[in-house]
Amino acid sequence: MPAVDSELEAECIRRILAGEKHLFHDLIRPCERSIYILLFSLLKNEAEAEDAAQETAIKVYLNLRHFRGDAQFRTWVLSIARNEALGRLRKQGIRREESLDAASDDQTGDYTPAILTNWREVPTEALEQKELGAILRKAIERLPEIYRNIVLLRDIEEMDIREAAAALGISEGAVKVRLHRARGMLQKELAPQLKAFAPKRKGLFWGRA
Amino acid sequence: MRIDCKHVWQHISAYIEGDVDAVLRAEIDKHLETCEICSAILDSTRNVVILLADDRIFELPVDFSQRLHERIDRELERVI
Repeated sequence: MPAVDSELEAECIRRILAGEKHLFHDLIRPCERSIYILLFSLLKNEAEAEDAAQETAIKVYLNLRHFRGDAQFRTWVLSIARNEALGRLRKQGIRREESLDAASDDQTGDYTPAILTNWREVPTEALEQKELGAILRKAIERLPEIYRNIVLLRDIEEMDIREAAAALGISEGAVKVRLHRARGMLQKELAPQLKAFAPKRKGLFWGRA
Repeated sequence: MRIDCKHVWQHISAYIEGDVDAVLRAEIDKHLETCEICSAILDSTRNVVILLADDRIFELPVDFSQRLHERIDRELERVI
């Protein structure tokens, strides 16, 4: 997620409202990945998320004069995206807000991680192997929805805790609890599989005939 | 006070976030010095988090951005 200079952003908004409409492309570009990922996490469908992302961008443009600088622009944009998603879910007769909120945070249940005694780092270069990406994506897909959403926003899109909480309409405490459980589930599922992607130790690799 | 492994596991995510207070962090660090298992669990969890942040894990649909900006252009032309 690219860092945004809020003064430049404010200047950009001022110029758009003063008539330089084409600058809207530059304003929305740093947010578009976050918009899509939030919508995909809520709608769970690529085509629908893309359509909703376009609607969100248009609504942001049409409502730009109502943006008040007291919130971060991206946070404001994501709240519009969230409303867009919830509106669509309501139309489909899905009351997902309930299931996204209170439920299941009360379940305590200690988790037991995958027990290991040493860990050889799997570097990001290993993602050149398509199979590794596929394993990670599959593990995310298998998470229960409330945990998957948090992983998408916090660990994949790297929103901070406050922004992820605002985007999902839940408390920061709930974000932290879910994030902890989600990471625990992912470690348990993935650690045994990822071992195969750690670089071989040179001594072992070359030292044997 | 000496904390046990389960206690460390409860705080792994917060520890990675840098969201534990100094006293707890010191206790966890002390535990990690001598506990191979918790060190490996922490390292593997952190490793998963780092891999997930790579842009290759979640790619937007092909030409998503292009279609978005074409739609915006149509709207900009329409709205006076």
